[in-house]
Amino acid sequence: MDRASVNQASRDAYWRRNLRILAILLSVWFLVSFGCGILFVDALDNIRIGGFKLGFWFAQQGSIYVFVVLIFVYVGLMNRLDREFDVDEQPRRTASSGGSA
Amino acid sequence: MNVQAWTFVLVGITFTLYIGVAIWSRARSTGDFYVAGSEVHPVINGMATAADWMSAASFLSMAGLISFMGRDGATYLMGWTGGYVLLALLLAPYLRKFGKFTVPDFVGDRYYSQTARFVAVVCAIFVSFTYVAGQMRGVGIVFSRFLNVPVESGVIIGMGIVFFYAVLGGMKGITYTQVAQYCVLIFAYLVPAVFISLLVTGNAIPQIGFGGPLLDQPDTFLLDKLDGLSQELGFAAYTHGQKSTLDVFCITAALMLGTAGLPHVIVRFYTVPRVAAARVSAGWALVFIAILYTTAPAVAAFARVNLLQTVSNRSYQDIPEWFHKWEETGLLKFEDRNGDGLVQYTGGANNELTVDKDIMVLANPEIANLPDWVIALVAAGGLAAALSTAAGLLLVISSSIAHDLLKRGIRPNIDERQELIAARVSAGLAVILAGYLGINPPGFVAQVVAFAFGLAASSFFPAILMGIFSKRMNSYGAVIGMVVGLTFTAAYIVFFKWIRPELNAPEHWFLGISPEGIGTLGMLLNFAVATAVSALTPAPPLHVQQLVESIRIPRDAGTSHEISV
Repeated sequence: MDRASVNQASRDAYWRRNLRILAILLSVWFLVSFGCGILFVDALDNIRIGGFKLGFWFAQQGSIYVFVVLIFVYVGLMNRLDREFDVDEQPRRTASSGGSA
Repeated sequence: MNVQAWTFVLVGITFTLYIGVAIWSRARSTGDFYVAGSEVHPVINGMATAADWMSAASFLSMAGLISFMGRDGATYLMGWTGGYVLLALLLAPYLRKFGKFTVPDFVGDRYYSQTARFVAVVCAIFVSFTYVAGQMRGVGIVFSRFLNVPVESGVIIGMGIVFFYAVLGGMKGITYTQVAQYCVLIFAYLVPAVFISLLVTGNAIPQIGFGGPLLDQPDTFLLDKLDGLSQELGFAAYTHGQKSTLDVFCITAALMLGTAGLPHVIVRFYTVPRVAAARVSAGWALVFIAILYTTAPAVAAFARVNLLQTVSNRSYQDIPEWFHKWEETGLLKFEDRNGDGLVQYTGGANNELTVDKDIMVLANPEIANLPDWVIALVAAGGLAAALSTAAGLLLVISSSIAHDLLKRGIRPNIDERQELIAARVSAGLAVILAGYLGINPPGFVAQVVAFAFGLAASSFFPAILMGIFSKRMNSYGAVIGMVVGLTFTAAYIVFFKWIRPELNAPEHWFLGISPEGIGTLGMLLNFAVATAVSALTPAPPLHVQQLVESIRIPRDAGTSHEISV
């Protein structure tokens, strides 16, 4: 019984950390696409990088590059989190924290 | 060899390749047929997802659309890529952990309701059919323009090829054929883009050349030249937006949410072996998609400059050969209104030239005077894009019928062999119906894109998201939410596209949101209604709450990571 509640606490902690990672990454996602590419695009267009106006560049190029980076950052963070909470799927050992599920 | 001979050769080689791959990777079980045995490598799945996702519209139409829309074209660029971030972070890993075969599987099990399953099946079939008709049409058009084959015969050849590998190979055959198709389509897209970038800017990388100076005027940037040319001719400046900020916001959001909710994309993440593989696979999918999607806006700008410089104020007598070729198809129209023998192409009332947006990618290599084999390559690439997407959609239709309607619905007693036969028969019937729709396109094919994304955004996306992130969400909330979101979105689109198309203008739209963007409001409505209804009705049963607990964690304590089929 005690063991089961420890397990539950660990699950909840894992989920809260997961949600925090999502909140941070999705804020960046929103900022580069809806922020830089749409809401503040005209303001950013006053800044130029080479032939690109910055807002235009975010709308047609930059946001896409950031999207790709975001997913790989997510993969890295989640793999680390999975190992920390011993819920990763590598079949390298028997589960140490369970049996109750 | 001329363009036509080159096209025959390249299309012949690529089709042989697809058939060879299909024979090598035949499906032997329902697991193979629906999800390729869940043993596809994440990078391979990423590539297959990219081909699955990038349709005739992405390959043939998108750069042309952007070319005419300027900055507002970013709605497509961000909308059709940003959805993968949502898919990777919010849906794919959890759905992979859930396992099973289809999206209605998840909706039906998570909301412990045959009604929910049925609503999901109907949406999946409707969305997929509207989409697949457009792909078959694309196949027919490429055949007719490049091989002088009637559109009908082109569609039938395309149907034959898809029939062969979708019915025989199921998801397994489709996956490996899609990998081959991705290679063909990306090569076909990049080669002319690099050529044109070199010609216009002297830079081999289109993404960089796009922001650089012109080759023949080293002190003028391409985009400044384009803004100047456009304004001189009475068009809006290329790098300025025309649509209202709210509308751009809503269209982009609807496309993103729709992307994340489209069943033929979601189902690809059931084919990888593990949760971690589903996450990284979404990343690879976006890498492969981004290669095309960051090239497209560069191609759009180059094509626009080329078009304006080549035809504007040119005497009709010495207009290049490609101009007449496209005139014959009726997609390019010149009417010498003032009778001066010159082509006036302007944004004002004295305009004499109408250019169909869809021809830009196909005509671009000809406008830039590229070698014949490059032009033929574009045709092969367009076919690869259309066929790969059509196959993925047909599989969704077939698994919805055989698995969700028969096995999980009205005929639960059929064994695996019968289910596999049912899956193959329904895939075959779906190919025939799709071909029929390609030959006799209902007048609304062009408008259904808005429909497919609007429906996916307002139904699947919220239902799946709440199914994972809210343990409290129950079947009443989810079903009523889906129905309300769907009805609202469908009613708005139907009203402005079919009932009163003459009112389809910003001043009549609700808050200035176009039918393309209304799925975003539909989704918000779905969330609001579902949350309210769910709060007033009993919590879901314990085993469903445990299901939600279990999909949130990649490996449950004490359970193996084996795939249960």
